[in-house]
Amino acid sequence: MDEVRPLLELTGATVRFGADAALDHVDFRLFPGEVHSLMGENGAGKSTLIKAITGALAMDEGELRLAGERVAFASPHEAQRAGISTVYQEIELLPNLSVAENIFLGREPRRSGVISRQLMRERAAGLLQELGLSIDPGSLLGTHSVAVQQLVAIARAISADVRVLVLDEPTSSLDLDEVAELFRLIRELKARGVAILFVSHFLDQVYELADRITVLRDGAMVGEYLTGELLRIDLVQKMLGREIGEVRARGRASEDDADEASAAVLRARGLSVGQGIADADVDLAEGEVLGVAGLLGSGRTSLAHGLTGVAHLEAGVIRIESEAVRLDSPRHAISFGVVYSSENRRRDGIVAELSVVDNITLALQSERGVFRRIPPARRRELAASWVDALDIRPPDLDRPVGTLSGGNQQKVLLARLLALSPRVLVLDEPTRGIDVGAKVEIQNLVAELADNGMSVVFISAELEEVLRVGDRVAVMRDGRIVETVAAADLTADSLLALVAQPDEDEGED
Amino acid sequence: MAAMTMARAETRTKERGESPVQTFISRHGGMMPSFAAVLILILLFIGGEIFLRGDFITPRNISALLLDNAVLLVLAVGMTFVILTGGIDLSVGSVMAFTGILGAKMLGDGVPVGIAIPAILLGGAAIGLLIGILVQYFGVQPFIASLAGLFLGRGLAYIVSLSSIKVENDAVLWLQSTRIRLGDWYITPTGIIALTTVAVAAFVLHLTRFGRTIYAIGGNEQSARLMGLKVGRAKIAAYVISGFCAGLAGLLLTAYSGAGYPRNGIGTELDAIAAVVIGGTLLTGGRGYVLGSMVGVFVYGTIKTIINFMGAEQSWMQIIVGSLLLLFIVVQRAIVARSEGRR
Repeated sequence: MDEVRPLLELTGATVRFGADAALDHVDFRLFPGEVHSLMGENGAGKSTLIKAITGALAMDEGELRLAGERVAFASPHEAQRAGISTVYQEIELLPNLSVAENIFLGREPRRSGVISRQLMRERAAGLLQELGLSIDPGSLLGTHSVAVQQLVAIARAISADVRVLVLDEPTSSLDLDEVAELFRLIRELKARGVAILFVSHFLDQVYELADRITVLRDGAMVGEYLTGELLRIDLVQKMLGREIGEVRARGRASEDDADEASAAVLRARGLSVGQGIADADVDLAEGEVLGVAGLLGSGRTSLAHGLTGVAHLEAGVIRIESEAVRLDSPRHAISFGVVYSSENRRRDGIVAELSVVDNITLALQSERGVFRRIPPARRRELAASWVDALDIRPPDLDRPVGTLSGGNQQKVLLARLLALSPRVLVLDEPTRGIDVGAKVEIQNLVAELADNGMSVVFISAELEEVLRVGDRVAVMRDGRIVETVAAADLTADSLLALVAQPDEDEGED
Repeated sequence: MAAMTMARAETRTKERGESPVQTFISRHGGMMPSFAAVLILILLFIGGEIFLRGDFITPRNISALLLDNAVLLVLAVGMTFVILTGGIDLSVGSVMAFTGILGAKMLGDGVPVGIAIPAILLGGAAIGLLIGILVQYFGVQPFIASLAGLFLGRGLAYIVSLSSIKVENDAVLWLQSTRIRLGDWYITPTGIIALTTVAVAAFVLHLTRFGRTIYAIGGNEQSARLMGLKVGRAKIAAYVISGFCAGLAGLLLTAYSGAGYPRNGIGTELDAIAAVVIGGTLLTGGRGYVLGSMVGVFVYGTIKTIINFMGAEQSWMQIIVGSLLLLFIVVQRAIVARSEGRR
């Protein structure tokens, strides 16, 4: 196999954002006529790696070789000229221009320097036909569905002389037929000798299409494998990783008397949120931690959004202490004591420029409204007590939160929510991207809160963590809760098997 | 060949079960606001005709419409480029005053026309370049960068002269005084220059890569960059074009009024923006037509003419234009919301 020279070879790629390495000495290679999948959870560095290849991001270290020659692309434009085309996860096209223009923008067919619209439309029609798409190339892109727009993006990518095609989750908005059509096309390109980088969080698709798999985790390379030699379950394990931390065993005393003593605080039936989740049931008892395990794209975040009023529910009922409620907004949810901590701490959580005091008292003040201002002295007192209770370091109330470490930022966020005295705490990947010590502290904190009667939904990509923290574990796959099992009855391996693949498909590989 | 393409297009249309009307809308939905402007212009003409008992739609009045609005038309063309990228250029009014007074002064000092005219055009373009660089490389908001340009232009105009300077140069006055007649219709060289500017701009915007890049930037700058378009260059060029047009407008205004005056064009940038928006260009960028801007200028000019004929207070002008602007922005919002809803 290795006598074939890789068409594209990346060695020692390192990209840093501030002090954090988003990519840490990663090697990656693409062979001509091969589909290579890049696998990893959120924040593993997939997008960063792609951007390093396509010139959208400069590497701090490492080198890129194309057909043996060392190259450095200063912009996506240069990469495109060298034959590297990219279809990004978010559709990066222009709704205000026609379909044909979106395909040819920047390389429009011209006659004596003037763009020929007719020629452009004819060529676009040909390409669209190749993709099995019957739309008018002259129509505005914005008038079409997201799926059609995605296919137009692919038409754009293959309209150039493409040597390397990068597809970053191209299937997330396509239906089954469209996916089949896309795969047919990818195979055709592969037969023509194009090197294809295919990123998808659907394992089925990866196993159907990829010849080779590279796994990333937390910005570091786990390894490169031939698809045929990598079992599905091993792949999932490599993606999720295993971390051994010294964690205090969760006291499961409450479990025995759970049935009689504590009625369900929150009971959800048949929740459906857009494409995210369908028909999900959740029961949460007082003082219970419900772990949610599932791969990226399994609907774990949509579930959190559905429970906390962030997303609009298309169907389903939520009962809080057996009273049916409609949670139309996070604010509404808060008034029922249901609070949510986002997986994206920096974007949807902390206000980096504000101080620790301001961040902690933000939600509380907002719930009280502008006219019932919390006096400054009271605010500091309140914040100080949380800083003390959660051991936020350094214990400097006036420090901008952006300068704290990830773990301490997460604690500030928790303090903000806890200041609301919630009944139900929904935590979406609260330990993502923070160091091991801080992870353990957060896990212990969750356990302590539950022991004091709070109900917690704990979502995490790390299975062992879910097992350790959760009393019961809801397993999610393809937008459904496939099973809810007591944590005591699960081992890391059996949970891995549940998360990875439905039983009936296990023989397929 | 063409027939085959037509036939294919037709079968496609049939396959999708769409009427030609729907096909037209899916292709040219973005033109709707500009069509609305045309409709308003027609209504204004009819209204004027009825009000003045058949004395409004005359060759003389319509010829005068172009003559009186040539300056605004040139400014609106430049402004269209900038607004299409999602930016704004507040400097054009004072840049026009600066270039106008600079031209008058140079001609008064005996500088030959062949030097004075290129100098004022380049002067306008240079201020545009400065704004463009501020916007592109220093990340300054277009509003602020061009506001700086506004003060700079006005200040420079006062430095050139504090009072009005009369122009006696024949070549410049010729631009205005010449009437090329066809029956009762006439056009001046200034009118020809303005229409040529519109034609060149329409060509550049629709049939060159640079023009399409302008639209792409307005659609989504980040996407345009990822698609490998030369975003930075095009964005700066849009401001340079606007500055150049302001310089040209300075020349036309000097010819029109026969003098340069440093207080000219106070607030004219807002008239130009209003005309562009009434003509159907979205302030958020990416959608609009330079021909629409021309219609917008004529709507503006026609309202002014009607008010003059009625002998009403000029303040009504402001109120009517203000209301129209409001109406158009609401219509645009509705169109954008609808097209987003369809996705």
